[in-house]
Amino acid sequence: MTDSKRRTLLKGSLAAGSVGVAVGAGLLRPGQALADWNAAAFQARDVPTALTKLLGSETAEMSARIKIKVPDIAENGAVVPVTVETDLPGVTSISIIAVDNPIPLVASFELAESAMPFVSTRIKMAKTSDVIAVVRAGDRLYKNAQNVKVTVGGC
Amino acid sequence: MSEMKIRAKLSGDETTVKCLMSHPMENGQRKDSKTGDLIAAHFIQEVICKTKDRIVLTASWNGGVSKNPYLSFKFKGGAVGDPVEIIWTDNQGKTERATALIS
Repeated sequence: MTDSKRRTLLKGSLAAGSVGVAVGAGLLRPGQALADWNAAAFQARDVPTALTKLLGSETAEMSARIKIKVPDIAENGAVVPVTVETDLPGVTSISIIAVDNPIPLVASFELAESAMPFVSTRIKMAKTSDVIAVVRAGDRLYKNAQNVKVTVGGC
Repeated sequence: MSEMKIRAKLSGDETTVKCLMSHPMENGQRKDSKTGDLIAAHFIQEVICKTKDRIVLTASWNGGVSKNPYLSFKFKGGAVGDPVEIIWTDNQGKTERATALIS
C-alpha cells in the first residue's frame, strides 16, 4: 500500500469511526459492541444458516396458527410493516425473515412469560419475496409465510 | 437527547406498547450517492423492554429493520401507572433509554 492510500484510509477511519469503516470493508464483524448479539445468524446470507445459528435447526413445522400481517403490495421496500401473532401456547421467541434479502434474518424477539405472542415492526425488503415468521413454542419450531410484492426495493 | 416515543395502554388485562425510535439503521451495504463510498453499518442490535424492572421482551435486530424503527408488543400483568422502560444498544455501542407510564 502506498503512503497516500494509507493516509486516505486513515482519514476515512477518523471521519466515520474506525469500527464502522472496518465493518464496511468486511474486516470486522459488527458484533463487537454487544457480546450477546448473534453475529453468525444476523450476518448469514441464507435462511438455513440463519435459522441454524439462531434457533439450532433450519426446519420448522408449517402452522396456520401463525398469522403474518403484511401488505400484499409494498410500494416502498424501505418500510414494510410486519405483524406476527399466534395462538400457539408457550411461545418463547418470534423471528422475522425476508427470504430474498441479502441478509434474510431481520429481527428476532425473545418473549418472557408475561409477553403475549405478538410483535409488530417495520422491515426493509430488497425485492418481492416471502416473509417468514418462525415461532418457538414449547421447544418446537413452527413457521408460516406470506408473500409481499415489492415495487421499489429498499435495502 | 432522547428521541424515543413510547405509548403503553392497558385494555382488559393486556398492555399494548408502541414505540418509535430515532435511528438511521444503516445496513452497511448502501453507498453514498455522491462519493460512492460504502456508508458504515450503524443499526440497533438489541432492544430490551421492561416493566417494573422485569424484562418482557428482548429484540435482536440488524440493518434490515427500517430507519427510525417501530416496535409494538403486548404483555399481561400491567397496571395503570406502571412504568414501561425501553433501552436500545446499537453496533457502535451507543445506547438510549426511555420510560413511559401505562395509561
